[in-house]
Amino acid sequence: MTTLLAESSPGQPVMRRLHPMTPFVRGWKIIAGFLAYGSSQSFGAVAGGDRDAPSGTQTAAAFGLFLGLVVVALLIAWVSWRSTRYGLDGVDLRIDTGVVRRQSRRVRLDRVQAVDVVRPLLARVLGLAELRLEVAGGASTEAPLAYLSESEAQALRAELLARAAGLRSDTPEAPERLLHTVGAPRLLVSTLLQLPVVVGAVAAVVLAGVAVSQGEPGALLFIFPAAASVVPAFARQFAANYGFTLAESPDGLRIRRGLLETRAQTVPPGRVQAVRLSEPLLWRVFAGWARLEVEIAGYSATGPAGAEAAVLLPVAPRAQCLALLARVLPGADPTTVATTGVPRRARWLAPLSRRVLAAGGGERYFVARRGAFRRITDVMPHERIQSVRVHQHPLQRWLRLASVTLDTTPGPVTVVAAHRDAADALTLAHQQARRARSARRLAVGQEWMRPRYTPGPDGGVTGGAADAEPNDGADC
Amino acid sequence: MDDAFDPADTTWTPVSAKLRAMRRMILVGALAAFALVVAGIAVAASLPYIGVGGAVVVGIVTAVGWRWIGRNQRAWGYTERDDDLLVRRGVAFRELIVVPYGRMQFVDVTDGPVQRRFGLSTVQLHTAAAKTDARIPGLTPSEAARLRDRLTARGESHAAGL
Repeated sequence: MTTLLAESSPGQPVMRRLHPMTPFVRGWKIIAGFLAYGSSQSFGAVAGGDRDAPSGTQTAAAFGLFLGLVVVALLIAWVSWRSTRYGLDGVDLRIDTGVVRRQSRRVRLDRVQAVDVVRPLLARVLGLAELRLEVAGGASTEAPLAYLSESEAQALRAELLARAAGLRSDTPEAPERLLHTVGAPRLLVSTLLQLPVVVGAVAAVVLAGVAVSQGEPGALLFIFPAAASVVPAFARQFAANYGFTLAESPDGLRIRRGLLETRAQTVPPGRVQAVRLSEPLLWRVFAGWARLEVEIAGYSATGPAGAEAAVLLPVAPRAQCLALLARVLPGADPTTVATTGVPRRARWLAPLSRRVLAAGGGERYFVARRGAFRRITDVMPHERIQSVRVHQHPLQRWLRLASVTLDTTPGPVTVVAAHRDAADALTLAHQQARRARSARRLAVGQEWMRPRYTPGPDGGVTGGAADAEPNDGADC
Repeated sequence: MDDAFDPADTTWTPVSAKLRAMRRMILVGALAAFALVVAGIAVAASLPYIGVGGAVVVGIVTAVGWRWIGRNQRAWGYTERDDDLLVRRGVAFRELIVVPYGRMQFVDVTDGPVQRRFGLSTVQLHTAAAKTDARIPGLTPSEAARLRDRLTARGESHAAGL
């Protein structure tokens, strides 16, 4: 296998360009923007009582203007393409962009949190793909390479992961083992079997019945705008997870999904900060299904797209979710971790979920349960704790209760042990701080394949972390 | 007063009393400006009730605010333990934060123009979690500098990845 990124010494990088079709895909977006603006303007003119039919010269002028805009858009996209290059600079990936305001970015490959290959519909038609490298700490994707040819994106992905793992760059792409697929029927049923959907559908049927029986079928028209405001969110959820496949390989978990825009995600080992198992009421009661979400530092604050990217398994029987959870966080089993509930007086603050609320730390993981309808179980390895907070508002103080939050990197998972006995909460916080400290000493390094040094007899490997190498943590 | 937030084995370093002085001065300044405006209106419209009402409001807000600022200042405290920093704060909404030194990404020391006049600085610790709000206001600049250097030194010796 040949390498895409030539070996280079720092200062003498070999830089590559993006795919030459990029300006057309990018330019199209700019043109679409112009068109949307232009059409809104002409609609405005029509609505404003401009009753003169456009004459021949006007049409020609409009067409000429449009052509001019197309040329300008393509030119902008082309210049942007010309100035964008990427390559390997030493051990970092370097991306140069910009014409007026130049930017040269270096991304440490050993710090990569996830690698995604995203193919929007238009790019798919043209055989292109976007490669996104996610690193912790940024507000958006740090290193988007849009667009590459599909084969190039695939090869580059494998190469970046090999380098990130600390292997030779010409290591062939790691083989994968299929773990899960989610069929379209189950995905569809699970999308429909949600409280907002069911309640909305029932309401719509009742409304329709009332409208017809009252002889006012015109009232039915009101259902459509209501549906139009709700349906797209669920349709998006379905389309995003369509054809969901989860596979495991030495370079991490691989997720492929999407109906129109497809997405292939790779999460290297040891990047998962926390996992959430959520069981919506209807799934729990009728199907016994659950959903797994992971928190990865790279998918931080990217809004709803980030939340969607964090789905590890959109829907599966609970037992399968638990099995996968134990695979992602080795040995984690929230059902065996001893958790303690909250005192009876907490019912004044959490009347519905008082019996559900529970939290506790096991040997390697902290588990917190909550949620009256959608039951949520958060699992977090002790070594991922960033800080521990105990907080108490006036009502809690009156009831001698306090909540403990274990802070993680920004993402969908928030680990909170709510409404515990105040003294208990403080003990728990200090206990977690201690557990986090001892767990961090055993944590695996960032380059997960690179041999560090053999664990000495005093490696201090306890708590079943037999596969963990001691890490002196000097790589921070 | 329950003492869950104040365990016996912890000695807290208080923040400077100058924080209280600064906040009280700001409070009095704002209220004086408000009182001037109200007095102006009362005189211009010759409505003595507004003047009396304004005086009562200013009196109450001053008394409550004065007391609250004092309690809030006393509630702030921090302590450096072997492996982590503890910060506690708040009167009605109380919070205790435990930040392991190894989790620290960077430390900020800030002081605004008003803070500088009072000889105060704020030290803030940042971790990879955005929600970690380990802020300590009301430190003297020398104490802030000492804390910053100490924290960064300890952070290096305890360093860990994400």
